[in-house]
Amino acid sequence: METIWFMIVAVMVAAYVVLDGFDLGAGVIYLTAAKTANERRAILRAIGPVWDGNEVWLLAAGGTLYFAFPLLYASSFSGFYLPLMMVLWLLMLRGIGIELRTHMSNPVWRGFFETIFCVSSALLTIFFGAALGNVIRGVPLGSDGYFFEPLWTNFRVVANAGILDWYTVLTGVVALVTLTAHGSLYVAVKTEGNLQRRARSTARFAWPLQLVLTLLSLAATIYVRPTVLDNYQHYAVGYLIPVLVFASLGVMFWANRKDEDKIGFLASAVYIVVMLVGAAFALYPIVLPASTDPALNLTIYNTAAGQHGLGVGLAWWSLGFVLALAYFTHLFRMFRGKVRMEGEGY
Amino acid sequence: MDSALLIHRLHFAFTVTFHYLFPQLTMGLAPLIVVLKTLGLRNHDETYHQAARFWAKIFGINFIMGVVTGIPMEFQFGTNWSHFSRFAGGVIGQTLGMEGMFAFFLESAFLGLFLYGEKRLSPRAHWWSAVAVFLGSWLSGFFIIATDAWMQHPVGYVTRSDGSAQLSSFWQLVLNPWAWWQYAHNMSGAAITGSMVMASVGAFYLLCHKYEAHGRIFVRVGVIAGLIFSMLQIFPTGDAQGRMVTKYQPVTLAAMEALFVGQPGAPLVIVGQPNVDEKKIDNPIIVPKALSFLTYRAWSADVAGLNQFPQDQWPTNIALLYYSYHIMVGLGTIFIAIMLVAAFLLWRKTLFQARWMLWILLLALPFPYIANTAGWMTAEIGRQPWLVYGLMRTVDGYSKMVSAGNGMFTLLGFMGMYTVLGILFLFLVRREIEHGPLAEAGVPDLEGSVEQDEPVVLHR
Ligand code: HDD
Ligand code: HEM
Ligand code: HEM
Repeated sequence: METIWFMIVAVMVAAYVVLDGFDLGAGVIYLTAAKTANERRAILRAIGPVWDGNEVWLLAAGGTLYFAFPLLYASSFSGFYLPLMMVLWLLMLRGIGIELRTHMSNPVWRGFFETIFCVSSALLTIFFGAALGNVIRGVPLGSDGYFFEPLWTNFRVVANAGILDWYTVLTGVVALVTLTAHGSLYVAVKTEGNLQRRARSTARFAWPLQLVLTLLSLAATIYVRPTVLDNYQHYAVGYLIPVLVFASLGVMFWANRKDEDKIGFLASAVYIVVMLVGAAFALYPIVLPASTDPALNLTIYNTAAGQHGLGVGLAWWSLGFVLALAYFTHLFRMFRGKVRMEGEGY
Repeated sequence: MDSALLIHRLHFAFTVTFHYLFPQLTMGLAPLIVVLKTLGLRNHDETYHQAARFWAKIFGINFIMGVVTGIPMEFQFGTNWSHFSRFAGGVIGQTLGMEGMFAFFLESAFLGLFLYGEKRLSPRAHWWSAVAVFLGSWLSGFFIIATDAWMQHPVGYVTRSDGSAQLSSFWQLVLNPWAWWQYAHNMSGAAITGSMVMASVGAFYLLCHKYEAHGRIFVRVGVIAGLIFSMLQIFPTGDAQGRMVTKYQPVTLAAMEALFVGQPGAPLVIVGQPNVDEKKIDNPIIVPKALSFLTYRAWSADVAGLNQFPQDQWPTNIALLYYSYHIMVGLGTIFIAIMLVAAFLLWRKTLFQARWMLWILLLALPFPYIANTAGWMTAEIGRQPWLVYGLMRTVDGYSKMVSAGNGMFTLLGFMGMYTVLGILFLFLVRREIEHGPLAEAGVPDLEGSVEQDEPVVLHR
């Protein structure tokens, strides 16, 4: 039962990163790829009707985590207190950046909200990447299952490192580059003309970086937590993960050359999912490793909610998930195709 | 008091009170927009559609504020109340999880269609998207109230060996009688906010002779809905909520009414200042025996007073509790009076000329917000010193390893951020009201003049 919920949470997180990932990425390239007022509007229109829904996957993933592993939620959220609060503020700023820009045509007002939108999107991707890095690296858990991390200490990966050390900064950068490429490809799919050209060249520019960073982060992960290899030794299917990672990178490279934006975007989505699955696979059944003493690791077993609750949850979660898939398919179908510039909004 | 505890309480109280300013209008306006759209479809009258579009714009701004202030709420259960989450997550994780999976997805997915899809959808499909947004917001209200109701009156749980509460009966959790009355009362309160805001904007247009056709619609819909919901607010919902409190939290009731000494035939205090040190009410105006009647339906029933409970069970801030409760009830009574007079004038067809009444409707705008906030303060302060009634005290629930200093820092951060959000919100809503229901959909577009663009090719 715990394993099922571990997978469910992983699915929800992956859905969040793939979906909100493209509008975060679109935010990152917003100021550089879109030069004219109409191009900026086109980007906003490409993500406008869907970004809020995408963000709900974060809330729903959080809600699912809270439901299935309340102890994990309690100790990780309070332990990452300061960075999480900053994530909250960035999410708020980003939301108002997107929605309020259009309400005035004054260039100062617009410039202000555009910058907020772009900067908060970029910082969010870095924070999310660093958060994942923290979960892989481990945190200084105490025997009561709690910890509190300072923002940084000396950037070395030691037992009581801060939120930011070289490893988590690296994962933050990986996330930034990955989502920038992902967002650029989405913008390329949804637009045309100069904007599309610039989005494509951003994606092309990001590709070699992404390749190098993928290799680097794999090596760094093995160095920081050698135990990540254990599950691969136990379950050979795990080796599919690196194969798929490089295959999707290969497809992205081909698609970038051929201007096959849709295929490139899908390959990038596959890349993201597989990277996350890889991380989850390597951790399982641990959900928050202790950098202090492996006996204090938080696992799916010592953090899960009661069996009866988990069983009941399976029923409503499945129903909710099917409904959510239905709404999202419907939503994306309604707004499919290139963005249209006439009509209401943004 | 422990200063970290105090800061975490203030942190939560401040952020949730600010958050709730927005959902109450979301949940109140959503059904009214459906009404306007239905009237438009029925009567083939474009004015109603313009009215619906106007409110949809305000709804959109309000919704964004609700979303950005709502996200921190969910996080805070983990960040600021982690010991509480450890204890209660196995139960309230159910309702919070369902809120995400059922309500937020429904609401956010259809909101996109509702706000930006009017041109792409048929009128009927667009009507359905408005209904979906309405259902989503009311579902979201239900799940969060069910969560709160479990904290007020825990049911359907067992205690696990590690001391945490775990679900034992799903149906007891969602059919918690406290939850259903609280939901009914709270939603009716939200509908009052929606109707009074609509009536107020309508009154404003009529008073300055702008958009009068729309103003009349707003006032009519607002007054009729406002009358219905103000009545429901007191009876049966408020009355039933009160009896829930009497039954399950008698000490809270005693503190709400500042009944220091239990007695048969207890009086109802209409005005007066509770004096906790001397355990009496200063300058009271009372209705003899009324409290006994309201709580037990018998003039001579024995109502428990604070003296019958050990002092460590008393709500921690009796004076504030008493005032919040009396403000809510007082305003509720005034709303009925206002709405009755307005509805009478509407029926006599003189309301739109009665400038004094329009002024009252206009100025009533902030009061439903005050009443709703006071109501929540009653519920939450009344629950003290418990975090989960009878099971976990508030002192045991906050995040012990988040220091007072960190809490203070983020509390100040939220205060600053919310001040800016509040100003932006008022500014944008004021602009929408200024532009009026006839303004071109979207924003006046001066963009082309800022910079020359290559022509955009339009597809499909
Ligand atoms: C427009 C808003 C509004 C108005 C006019 C009223 N209420 Fe209310 N009341 C609320 C808005 C509200 C609320 C915000 O919706 C509360 C807070 C918690 C909740 O679920 O509902 C609430 C809670 C609440 C409680 C529960 C307190 C607790 O849980 O400890 C009681 C007993 C009443 N109300 C009773 C009344 C009565 C008898 C009213 C008669 C005039 C009344 N309310 C008017
Ligand atoms: C919009 C409605 C709400 C308002 C205005 C509100 C208001 C408040 C206030 C004023 C306090 C501080 C009480 C005190 O410290 O004496 C508080 C505390 C709290 N409330 Fe609420 N509340 C609302 C809804 C909720 C809901 C829906 C939940 C749960 C799901 C909840 C959970 C809590 C918790 C955990 C605390 C902190 C512990 C405590 O001080 O009791 N609140 N709230
Ligand atoms: C501790 C308490 C609360 C938590 C954790 C919470 C959480 C949230 C979150 C995360 C959102 C954003 C959803 C989105 O992105 O679409 C939200 C919005 C909303 N909340 Fe709350 N909320 C709380 C209190 C309340 C209360 C007391 C009510 C009403 C009874 C309420 C009703 C709503 C509604 C209707 C929305 C959607 C509409 C809007 O955004 O204006 N919430 N809430």
